[in-house]
Amino acid sequence: MTSILLFLAGLIGFGAWWLAKQRITAKPWLEEGIAGEFPGGGATSLPAAKIGLGVFLAVVGALFALFISAYSMRMGMSDWRSVPMPRLLWPNTGMLIMSSVALQWALVSVRRDDMDVVRACLLAAGAFSVAFLAGQLLVWRQLSETGYLLTGNPANSFFYLITGLHGLHMLGGLVALGRATDRSWRSDAPSRVALSVELCALYWHFLLLVWLVLLNLLTGWADEFVDICRALLT
Amino acid sequence: MVDVPLGPAGVIPPAEVEDMELYHPHSWVTKYVFSQDAKVIAIQYSATALGVGLVALVLSWLMRLQLGFPGVFSFIDANAYYQYITMHGMMMVVYVLTALFLGGFGNYLIPLMIGARDMVFPYANMLSFWLYLLAVLVLMASFFVPGGPTGAGWTLYPPQAIMTGTPGGQDWGIILMLVSLMIFIVGFTMGGLNYVVTVLQARARGMTLMRMPLTVWGIFTASFMALLAFPALFVGAVMMLFDRVLGTSFFMPAIVEMGQPLERGGGSPLLFQHLFWFFGHPEVYIVALPAFGIVSDLISTHARRNIFGYRMMVWAILIIGALSFVVWAHHMYVSGMNPYFGFFFATTTLIIAVPTAIKVYNWILTLWRGDIHLNVPMLFALGFIVTFVNGGLTGLFLGNVVVDVPLSDTMFVVAHFHMVMGVAPILVIFGAIYHWYPKVTGRMLNDALGKLHFWVTFLGAYAIFFPMHYLGLMGVPRRYHEMGGMAFVPPSAQTLNAFITVVALVVGFVQLLFVFNLIWSLRHGRPAGGNPWRATTLEWQTPETPPPHGNWGKELPVVYRWAYDYSVPGADQDFVPQNQASITRAAPEPAS
Amino acid sequence: MAVALILVVVALGSVLFHLVSPWWWTPIASNWRFIDDTIIITFWITGLVFVAVVLFMAYCIYRFRHEKGRTAAYEPENKRLEWWLTGVTGVGVAAMLAPGLFVWNQFITVPEDATDIEVVGQQWQWSYRLPGADGKLGMADTRNVSADNPLGLKRDDPNGQDDIIIEGGELRLPVGKPVKALLRSIDVLHNFYVPEFRAKMDMVPGQVSYFWLTPTRTGTFEILCAELCGVGHPHMRGTVMVQTEQEYLAWMQEQSERTFARLSAPD
Repeated sequence: MTSILLFLAGLIGFGAWWLAKQRITAKPWLEEGIAGEFPGGGATSLPAAKIGLGVFLAVVGALFALFISAYSMRMGMSDWRSVPMPRLLWPNTGMLIMSSVALQWALVSVRRDDMDVVRACLLAAGAFSVAFLAGQLLVWRQLSETGYLLTGNPANSFFYLITGLHGLHMLGGLVALGRATDRSWRSDAPSRVALSVELCALYWHFLLLVWLVLLNLLTGWADEFVDICRALLT
Repeated sequence: MVDVPLGPAGVIPPAEVEDMELYHPHSWVTKYVFSQDAKVIAIQYSATALGVGLVALVLSWLMRLQLGFPGVFSFIDANAYYQYITMHGMMMVVYVLTALFLGGFGNYLIPLMIGARDMVFPYANMLSFWLYLLAVLVLMASFFVPGGPTGAGWTLYPPQAIMTGTPGGQDWGIILMLVSLMIFIVGFTMGGLNYVVTVLQARARGMTLMRMPLTVWGIFTASFMALLAFPALFVGAVMMLFDRVLGTSFFMPAIVEMGQPLERGGGSPLLFQHLFWFFGHPEVYIVALPAFGIVSDLISTHARRNIFGYRMMVWAILIIGALSFVVWAHHMYVSGMNPYFGFFFATTTLIIAVPTAIKVYNWILTLWRGDIHLNVPMLFALGFIVTFVNGGLTGLFLGNVVVDVPLSDTMFVVAHFHMVMGVAPILVIFGAIYHWYPKVTGRMLNDALGKLHFWVTFLGAYAIFFPMHYLGLMGVPRRYHEMGGMAFVPPSAQTLNAFITVVALVVGFVQLLFVFNLIWSLRHGRPAGGNPWRATTLEWQTPETPPPHGNWGKELPVVYRWAYDYSVPGADQDFVPQNQASITRAAPEPAS
Repeated sequence: MAVALILVVVALGSVLFHLVSPWWWTPIASNWRFIDDTIIITFWITGLVFVAVVLFMAYCIYRFRHEKGRTAAYEPENKRLEWWLTGVTGVGVAAMLAPGLFVWNQFITVPEDATDIEVVGQQWQWSYRLPGADGKLGMADTRNVSADNPLGLKRDDPNGQDDIIIEGGELRLPVGKPVKALLRSIDVLHNFYVPEFRAKMDMVPGQVSYFWLTPTRTGTFEILCAELCGVGHPHMRGTVMVQTEQEYLAWMQEQSERTFARLSAPD
């Protein structure tokens, strides 16, 4: 359970830092009047959707951290046999990076008021993401054709489950991306899509980060790290 | 500095909001069925949860009938008994308590208490309720499928949860349970995001964090915890569903089932327990923290005294919330996990007792030198303190690793968690309903019925669960549908069991009286006015009662003070509402 | 007034119930008296806190009940009082935790001279395996379970050949000798629980858990399953008989027919 605990420790640290700025040691009964006189502590001015996405990413992060915890706990047992990594995972990773880059580019272009580039970038990001998903499906097929079936052993089961869950999150993101793209074609005002593009970019970067962590884990680069954690625990 | 021009008398004019129209639904369906108004969603959540609660109550009667009078009711066999305990436990913990505190009270109180018009994502909020309802329906459907609901115990420990020796294990029961939980979690996540972001983003002008009522603090922290804890249950449920339906072996080691080796191997049953309790323990506080918050406000309001040590109360909530993620394995002292974990988890568990104790002290210190009005919400709050202290203290037995060894898996555990996480939070729920019903409906609940309800529930529940500890101390294991034939159990224990059953039936029937009161008072209750308890918090200051869609009419409230200005020296009334700019003094006198 | 009185009755009634109720733990039959002592310490501390809190509440309700002209005091906090209470609570908690951890350390530290025995759970019966003359148990694996090898012993392990296998019968232990119980399950979770021994532990398929004890008096005690294991859970009973060493050795002599080698030998 080390991964989830590290993840939570990070979140709690962030929470504590944020709360410290909110003057939670103030004595509220001494402060009569409106809040403006007391710096800090007012409601945040960030848009709700952005905070909402931030909290949601914390939830998704917890979900994957838990899967990673479960994976590394299971991996510690003696009969573990890893899944061979199909080479196709590398181009897939490339696709995912490209879609993240495209969205970042879109974000920059929104700020430069360049709607044509925004539209192109959004489409490109969508295309790269679909390519990533299709690539993942191919990986599944290659694996099952070479006899690594879902029920074969726990390593296989974890591989399918974790990649599948990551893919599902990508699919969900594609719905939002589709709506943002649609809106960008209907309007010429960058302000109409600015927030959606920003949120999509954030979400894609997050999924990329999660994927890189997962890839590390599944390919076994993270083994040493896990070993260290286990040594610390026992 | 003040960024808004001051009006006459130094009062800041509230912001006028142009998007008022947004909050006005246009048809009956969008107003009451597919409503996006947090208050309507709150009532939908609460009504559904109370309905589930009644089903779970009936299940508890059936269990008690079997335990009190074994063999008399032939339709309750071992199979049925295990199905009852499983469904009773899961319903009460997840579908009643979590849904009521967060979906019900959270939805109703957060926007009103922080001076917002509504939740920040009303559409997701609506979806949250409908997914909750779907989860309930899927769960209830398991009563009607072949094999019936699962009887794996609410902890759903594999491998037995998905094997033939357990009711529903190889039928539909366990599948529906897992699917229902997953739907619930998705639905809850939508609601939880709302509760958290609304508190962060939509507070009225002047509502600093440290001016929020403790109810909001409790629900806010609990929502955050639930968002982070429920994924653990989700992960466990997905993996178990894969094991059950697709034949994977996440939790299935090499196993012999009824003499036949199964085609499984390599899984770890303990992995599920870790995941389950990583959710399960924070879940205890997900239920407890809103109860802590609400009871603080009830006590403060009805003792006409500021909550004692407000800052300590807030910090305690936050510390308990954080610590509750590192105590989960105290449910697993005798699970066969690495025994050295016991040192760590016993220490963290007992440390968490300290902030919890501080909360208890501050509640009773709020009573001290107060002006205590013993009305129905206050009675329930007092009942909560007694049962919570009792249940919390027995928690010190079970948390202290070696003391847990003889007591774990006995009736002592059953008595402990019912006292601390069943009776105590439910007393708060009742107290809160008596307290806020006038705001929701504009009418008071009947007082005499309320007092009867309180005394029978409180004393009855205490009489049920206090003696039960001693059955466990004697060694009677939990999850036995009869004590039959245990050499060390004297016959008097069966008499005690019969007594508990009789009391449980009486307590159960009084709850029907409460439901009657809820319905009867809708029409016939005494009109309450806007602020019958003369309370300070914002929800009592709405221009209309019950508050309409959008809550505040044209102008959002502005907050000038903390939530606990009761009996301020020199003020002409014994409470100063949070949105009152300055204290009106009875007579000129020097400030003290 | 009535409310305060009822709370007093609840507090004192609970204490009275604790003192006079006929329901108390079974007379101990193992070396784990320390566990009982820790429970007693915990009862004292928690009982004191419970009575103090409820009586103080009752006093407040009586003394500060609403009357005409009463005004509540305005006192947002009292740092000194709060830190003081925190400190006292910390001491109380430490007073329970320290002996608890101390005894736990004993509980998980098996003495060197303990004899290994094995208890195997399956739906819904107990089986036992005692080491033969070599004092060692052979290896076992659930995958080896078959009709003539119900506990799944490894056939080629020399240590296992003289192991005595008791299926669904009665476990016997010599009094005064430390025993390490190795717990194994071949299907679902079970829990080996003898109330008089105080100790218990889950048996988890796929791994071996353990606890140790020294029986301190002779007699026959009931074995219960304390982890839900399916519909037969309450009926999964067994007995353990603690005997004097002579009786035990005499009984062991009679068991030579039940060694693994004999049981699994083709007729």
